[in-house]
Amino acid sequence: MSDDNGFIHPYVPNAAPVPLRRLLKEIGVDNVTDLYVSVPEELQVKGLLNLPDALPSEHDLRRHVEAIIGKNLSCRDHLNFCGAGCWQHYVPAICDEITGRGEFLTAYGGGTYSDHGKNQAMFEFQSLIGELVGLEVVGTPSYDMGAAVNSAVTMACRITARRGVLLSGAVSGDMRSQISGFTKMVADVDTIALDAASGLIDLDDLKSKLTSDIGAVYFENPNYFGLIESRGAEIAEIVHAAGALLVVGVDPLSLGVLAAPGDYGADIVCGQIQPLGIHMYGGGGCAGFIASRDEERFVSEYPMILMSIAPGAEEGDFGFAWSTMQRTSYDKRHDSEDYAGTTQWLWGIGAAVYLSLMGPRGMEEVASGILQRTRYAAERINELKGISVAHLDSAFFKEFIIDFADSGKSVAEVNAALLVNGIFGGKDLSGEFPEFGQSALYCVTEIHGKKDIDRLVDSLAEVLS
Amino acid sequence: MSTNKTGFQAARWNEALISELSEEGARGIVPPAVDAEIAAAVGDVAASLPPGARRAAPPDLPEVTQHRVLRHFLRLSQMCMGFDVTTDMMGTCTMKYSPKAHEHIARGAKLADLHPLQGVDSLQGLLELMYRFNRIMCEISGMDEFTFQPASGAQGIYTNACLIRAYHESRGDLGKRDEIITTSFSHPADAATPAVAGFKVITLMPGEMGFAGVDALKAAISDRTAGLMLTNPEDTGQYNPNIRQFVDLVHEAGGLCAYDQANGNPLLGVVRAGDTGFDMCQFNLHKTFSAPHGSLGMGCAAVGVKDFLRKFLPRPLVAEDGSGGYRLDYDQGEGIDKIRAFIGNVHAVLKAYSWVMSLGAEGLRAVAETAVLNNNYMLTKMRGMRGVTIPWPANNYPKLEQVRYSFEQMFAETGVTSHDVIDRMVDFGVQHCMPSHVPMLVPEPFTVEPGESLTVAEMDQMLAALQAISDEAYSDAEKAQGGPYNASTTRIDGDVPEDPDCWAFTYRGYQRKKPMWTSENRRKIERHDGGY
Repeated sequence: MSDDNGFIHPYVPNAAPVPLRRLLKEIGVDNVTDLYVSVPEELQVKGLLNLPDALPSEHDLRRHVEAIIGKNLSCRDHLNFCGAGCWQHYVPAICDEITGRGEFLTAYGGGTYSDHGKNQAMFEFQSLIGELVGLEVVGTPSYDMGAAVNSAVTMACRITARRGVLLSGAVSGDMRSQISGFTKMVADVDTIALDAASGLIDLDDLKSKLTSDIGAVYFENPNYFGLIESRGAEIAEIVHAAGALLVVGVDPLSLGVLAAPGDYGADIVCGQIQPLGIHMYGGGGCAGFIASRDEERFVSEYPMILMSIAPGAEEGDFGFAWSTMQRTSYDKRHDSEDYAGTTQWLWGIGAAVYLSLMGPRGMEEVASGILQRTRYAAERINELKGISVAHLDSAFFKEFIIDFADSGKSVAEVNAALLVNGIFGGKDLSGEFPEFGQSALYCVTEIHGKKDIDRLVDSLAEVLS
Repeated sequence: MSTNKTGFQAARWNEALISELSEEGARGIVPPAVDAEIAAAVGDVAASLPPGARRAAPPDLPEVTQHRVLRHFLRLSQMCMGFDVTTDMMGTCTMKYSPKAHEHIARGAKLADLHPLQGVDSLQGLLELMYRFNRIMCEISGMDEFTFQPASGAQGIYTNACLIRAYHESRGDLGKRDEIITTSFSHPADAATPAVAGFKVITLMPGEMGFAGVDALKAAISDRTAGLMLTNPEDTGQYNPNIRQFVDLVHEAGGLCAYDQANGNPLLGVVRAGDTGFDMCQFNLHKTFSAPHGSLGMGCAAVGVKDFLRKFLPRPLVAEDGSGGYRLDYDQGEGIDKIRAFIGNVHAVLKAYSWVMSLGAEGLRAVAETAVLNNNYMLTKMRGMRGVTIPWPANNYPKLEQVRYSFEQMFAETGVTSHDVIDRMVDFGVQHCMPSHVPMLVPEPFTVEPGESLTVAEMDQMLAALQAISDEAYSDAEKAQGGPYNASTTRIDGDVPEDPDCWAFTYRGYQRKKPMWTSENRRKIERHDGGY
């Protein structure tokens, strides 16, 4: 890049000789290195870093990078049945269109007047999630669902001034790990046993552990295994009678059909927004949210930016502002109990677009269609010799467990064989839940037609034969 | 009619809230139909859900036809000043050009449509990319191993706090070593995240040079010291030249040193965290490494450690599989708990890798030097601007990538505050600058970071806007205090978002509480001048 004409690169215009000379002259120094006098000489790198040769041509760079990632097999050219916290759904073209807009993609810390549109989109994200979960306060997106649950259960502990957290036994290993790390110094976490038959939390075990030390009870609906909890109101009553708060985790895509947790007594609701019009991006599509009732004792404990609407100067005008920033780590610094920062707002904008497109009918249809496809897949798979679907008599959404115990094959072997047939099998649970033996979590969504499901069933039959 | 020389007028669509665009029966998109055979085989599963599982009424979402949804959000995008459309010099944010080619690559199926658990045999390209970038980051930083799991700078710094905790815990020292030292001009996350991780945090205040001195550090160090966590240059753009001594003193006391390189842009190829003695560091790929800021994310922090801390990194790690491919190492060992689900914001990793590959070693150094060059050009011009002062006159070093200016003099002479200037800037077609993080030790602060991407003409446009506002402050202060005039919306009632009776975070909250906005019984709000 550097020759007699100096260093000229499209991303660094003022490194070129003409502007460089002009700026040095204006500043009054001979050389750029003169501007680094505050950095002790002995700390400075001598010469250049040892990096791969540059590819300043966009064409050459694309060939290089696309050749590397071209080695991936994608869920577009393979049939994918893996979910477990990141799910393949249809992403409407308009979601990609809007999240790709440079104005949003490259915005950042702009405020009420410079980034009015970004703020309105975030307020609408909060509003539409609020309708799904049945609550009036929703924060801007969190890093992911695990981060949302971390914040929610510790919020509940602070509100109740108690240290105990009870987690349903049906949350993912990643989630358990995230919670364990985050709550290590401030909470005592215990697990609620699952009822063996239903796969849902055992209410007797919940009651026995619900002492006066418990501040938060957390379960997911549908849970990690796809199972739907219908006793939400009963659980809320039990939890509230013990003076604790109920935190419920949801897949918002289920809420076109499933009950809104706010309506059955959840105090704080967490969820994943990736299913709402966001590509999986190898897990990078994940983002979360927190919602609650509109009470000061809840709002003052939110860690993240909250976007409030406010009236403008002229009649009918409105604008938006970041509310009560004194509750966040930006202001509290060393007094912080949680932290705020850049999260995943672009995916929040994508989710707002998705929910605006889907409307009440789209959300009801997609959820009820997934219920039907999942049921169909589970029943067909359960007919195969050597495997069974766990909790087949329970209601489940999008995911279910296949137990391969009687097949004599491991999940790893099954998945390797399925891959040969162009299928990504379910998540291997044998490490995450050793008590389930050789079991896998399978995911069926609205992208799967009968042919796709039948192809999975036929492939499984072939693999197991 | 525009009220400034640029003739700029922001788009002002007066676009209604999406919920108010609803028309009964309208649809934006139709989900895939359920095959008739499936429906026949299983019936209406939703209708047969157990009582209590089903929602009573459909969610009250808007019903809007497709093009109107598109038009709505396109209009909102037009009322947003991203870097793609205008000059943004927001301090501490390292705004720069995010190359479009990288975005186009990332949006292809080979990245966008990957499932994180689809099996390593089918993810070889992704793992190779992460492995290569890991090696590159090691060379840039002088560290030995990286993770890209944290989804933002703050989460990266939190990861560092957890690594320090794990290290002392492994040595049985955690009960004894419970203090982290930081500085007042490091990012708030350098104080907040160790507090979240359970540490007591000691904040060093700046001396007359604008940064903490060695004596202040010595006074803070004790046998309780677990570590040092700071930025350098700090959010003021000033490099603390005592940094090596800081690191050595903390090491001698038995603590670890974490280098928050959120402000790493001026040091690429110039200074390496490892050579400075740090044990760990973190970079923001969405800032320094050009991955787009995404309206406040998706971010990604690259957290790097020296070899002796490798075992504490969160799992999985990307490793060579011994036969020319790559694997994910899930072996937990002494690794800290998961920071983020799966393996992180890998699309940001792809963009950062592409950026480094485009520039190479010479290019990275040019980025750093040009960011410093541009900043000192802005400083040279800002020095002569009426009402503007540069804090810590005793410090004669050139600044690195940003400067924290003060409008204290302007405020004293005209009553115009830095927030007034910020609001007025939008009228000139540029993104506003940021005042300061908390604590606001500099009165009427104003932090400018031009970065390496802008042309001289673009910097001059920003300077012209600030000059015009300065002139206006001294000639027509009332006007300077009344902005913006040409923005996408008019001035809001800023008490509403602070008032529990009035704030509204959802449409349903807004509908319920709007009558309070005009109530005579509104409570008196102590306005909080929060920093970002």
